[in-house]
Amino acid sequence: METVATAVEREPRTYLNVDHTLKSWLLTEDHKRIGILYLIVITIFFAIGGLFAALIRIELTTPAGDLVESSVYNRLFTGHGIIMVFFFLIPSIPASLGNFLIPLMIGAKDVAFPKLNLLSWYLYVIGGSMALTAIIYGGIDTGWTFYVPFSTGYASGMVMLTLVGIFINGFSSILTGLNFMVTIHRMRAPGMTWFRLPLFIWSLYSTSLIQVLATPVVAVTLLLAALERGLHIGIFDPALGGDPVLFQHLFWFYSHPAVYIMILPAMGVTSEIISTFSKKEPFGYSFIALSSLAIAVFGFIVWGHHLFVSSQSVYAGMVFSILSYLVAIPSAIKVFNWVSTMYKGSVELTTPMLYGIGFIGLFTIGGLTGLFLASMGMDVHLTDTYFVIAHFHYIMVGGAIMGFMGGLHFWWPKITGKLYSETWARLSAIIIFLGFNLTFFPQFILGYMGMPRRYHVYAPEFQVFNVLSSAGASVLGLGYALPLVYFLWSIFFGKKAPANPWGATGLEWQIQSPPLPENFEITPVITEAPYHYAPSEEVVHVG
Amino acid sequence: MASHSVTLRHHFENAEQQKDASTIGMWMFLVTEIMFFGGLFMAYIAYRGAYPEAFAAGSEKLNIVYGTINTLVLICSSLTMAMAVHSAAVGKKKMIVLFLILTLILGGVFLGIKAVEYHDKYVGHEIPGVNFHPEIDGHPNVAVQNVSLYFALYFGMTGLHAMHMIVGVGMISFLIFKASRGAYTAEWHTPVELFGLYWHFVDIVWIFLFPLLYLIDLHQGR
Amino acid sequence: MSNHPDHIVPVRVYIFVFLALMVFTVLTVYAATIDLGRYNIVLALVIACIKASLVIMFFMHVYYSSKLTKAIVIAGLCTLMILFFFTLTDLATRGALQGTTDWVGVPGR
Repeated sequence: METVATAVEREPRTYLNVDHTLKSWLLTEDHKRIGILYLIVITIFFAIGGLFAALIRIELTTPAGDLVESSVYNRLFTGHGIIMVFFFLIPSIPASLGNFLIPLMIGAKDVAFPKLNLLSWYLYVIGGSMALTAIIYGGIDTGWTFYVPFSTGYASGMVMLTLVGIFINGFSSILTGLNFMVTIHRMRAPGMTWFRLPLFIWSLYSTSLIQVLATPVVAVTLLLAALERGLHIGIFDPALGGDPVLFQHLFWFYSHPAVYIMILPAMGVTSEIISTFSKKEPFGYSFIALSSLAIAVFGFIVWGHHLFVSSQSVYAGMVFSILSYLVAIPSAIKVFNWVSTMYKGSVELTTPMLYGIGFIGLFTIGGLTGLFLASMGMDVHLTDTYFVIAHFHYIMVGGAIMGFMGGLHFWWPKITGKLYSETWARLSAIIIFLGFNLTFFPQFILGYMGMPRRYHVYAPEFQVFNVLSSAGASVLGLGYALPLVYFLWSIFFGKKAPANPWGATGLEWQIQSPPLPENFEITPVITEAPYHYAPSEEVVHVG
Repeated sequence: MASHSVTLRHHFENAEQQKDASTIGMWMFLVTEIMFFGGLFMAYIAYRGAYPEAFAAGSEKLNIVYGTINTLVLICSSLTMAMAVHSAAVGKKKMIVLFLILTLILGGVFLGIKAVEYHDKYVGHEIPGVNFHPEIDGHPNVAVQNVSLYFALYFGMTGLHAMHMIVGVGMISFLIFKASRGAYTAEWHTPVELFGLYWHFVDIVWIFLFPLLYLIDLHQGR
Repeated sequence: MSNHPDHIVPVRVYIFVFLALMVFTVLTVYAATIDLGRYNIVLALVIACIKASLVIMFFMHVYYSSKLTKAIVIAGLCTLMILFFFTLTDLATRGALQGTTDWVGVPGR
């Protein structure tokens, strides 16, 4: 008995062990617990979306439509797109890691509106369940973009329920962004000036800006589409005088910036990782910080490049084409700065660093192929081919998910207080990188050769690359399954994590792992810039 | 550290930080509302540009008297709301309740007149998607389906606006209840202030809806 | 404890703004009855913008508020203008290749 008592005594109070009941989780207002709630649901959606992707890749192994019928195939890629975009990628890093880390990084006790934060999670779960119900029972075949008039007039399946689900989920996204922005503006610890903020915070601030400003537009657009489908009021129906291209404008006004909702947080994670494992201050801190904002702002003025082959005016097309190139500038600034950070740093190839480096490479490929698509003439040839698919998967999977995985591995010891197996983790990082490239690089070639997207049968000459791609997908699937195993293993059997396993400088690493429920015993006072790796070895004591 | 009447939540350092956070949070929310209505205004611009005659024909069907009265009612309610916030700031507790009740009544009048208008539209078969056979004989060059677009936007925009009014009426009732129990003081009346912002925003939306929907080509005679 | 109390706006400001709003409402209805051609809509929007600014500045206290509040309002309005402007680059120029300034891209025209 005595030993048990001492063991309990030694166990420090953390946000995880203050209360173990289910109620304490479901009604929590602690941003760290809400982050974990998000993480769990996000993982479920990722697994379901991944299952859809697996079925798609199996079907595409042969040129004939032998696994599923075309109507089922349409439902598969629609389900994959909707789940991955709206219910996995958009909430992935901001809602899980962002929720967990923002208050820790800026020295606050919680986000500005904890109840609103919990409400956001519930809205996400409700919206997600509605969309999932629609996708499983009956399915929808519109593609994730819901283009009118097909979606409002002709598509079968439960389009309405999905639209409402995404509408509700949109409010979750808006409220999260609003909460984060107010938190970053008003909850910073004394001395935490804007240019002492970690780069991850800068990227999340930019992300939140997009979430707050752009999401309402897609919400009202989807509402109009739902009304159109229910009542046939003609608002997007060309037969009744409506303009389907207007729908595309309103849709992409959100959905193009939405890509930056996915990629910006991943860039923030990468900035943290690269700096930590190069043991060097990020090269050009303010350039990385401000380029995040620039990407967010430019993101609002380029949406028309999704409409080059719709009946959009060619003059508008030219404007959007030129503006789209602008995005390359802040993106390139980031890539150059990350590489310069590593230059003459003491680089450690830990698991997060492998993801970080992987991110830089894959993002560069994804970004550069984006320039091909931004040029109007080239895009006419490549629209709706696998080139587009490959391009945005390099950004969304090679970029956003690599960032998400990197961040998860980086902060896992802080979140759970446990260390995972570095060997297995490195192995899975390498498998994911190889599997990813094998899956999606052949698709660039397929697209250039002219294979269109969204068909379940294709010409036999495309088969070689499709088989390569499907083989890569199975490697990728293995790569994503491994972390699930060793992460779960680490929770039960992993070694205890120290407060700062990586020797990082961020405020979140100066407190115990896992953190106290109230984060800091006393509010920290910040006296110097972040990332003070050089040359002194002193450690800041807070709390 | 916080004064007795202030409810300070644990994660804030002081009352000022809490109030500041709520206020800018509300402003950001209103910005999302701007963009939410913005999508509808964009659709309005697109279709009015494409079908100016049809929009004029549709606008002719609205009752300008109801529209003008409602505009004036809403402006009055904005004044009473501003006065409610003012009373709270100077600590006149009874006046808060009085002005909030006046605001509630004016909001109710607006919604009542709106309901009468909607009923007229229903009687005149002017609700797209439900029953739409409007009388537009005076406009031989106008297609019925394009007038339908006008009315779809009319109901979409005023409907969304009315929904915001209804939510506002609900919230104001709650505020009246709290205010009558003396919950709001000169030191702490953030809910009244934030609600005021919301109410004024709803007024602003109407300030634009009124000329855009009611006042098209009025000079051509009704 | 509040060491910088809210800026108390004098009641006469509210009354003045209220009267201005009433006058502008009457004015906008009157203006609509005069045939100004395409400038009817311009005038109507100018009046609406003045009215909205009065409400934002004085009823909503933005005139007396922090820079941050002002920045948030401006950011919202700028984003709205981006939405309008860039969608209009398309809508207003779709007919240009056919040599017309009509919005021919919209089906049914």
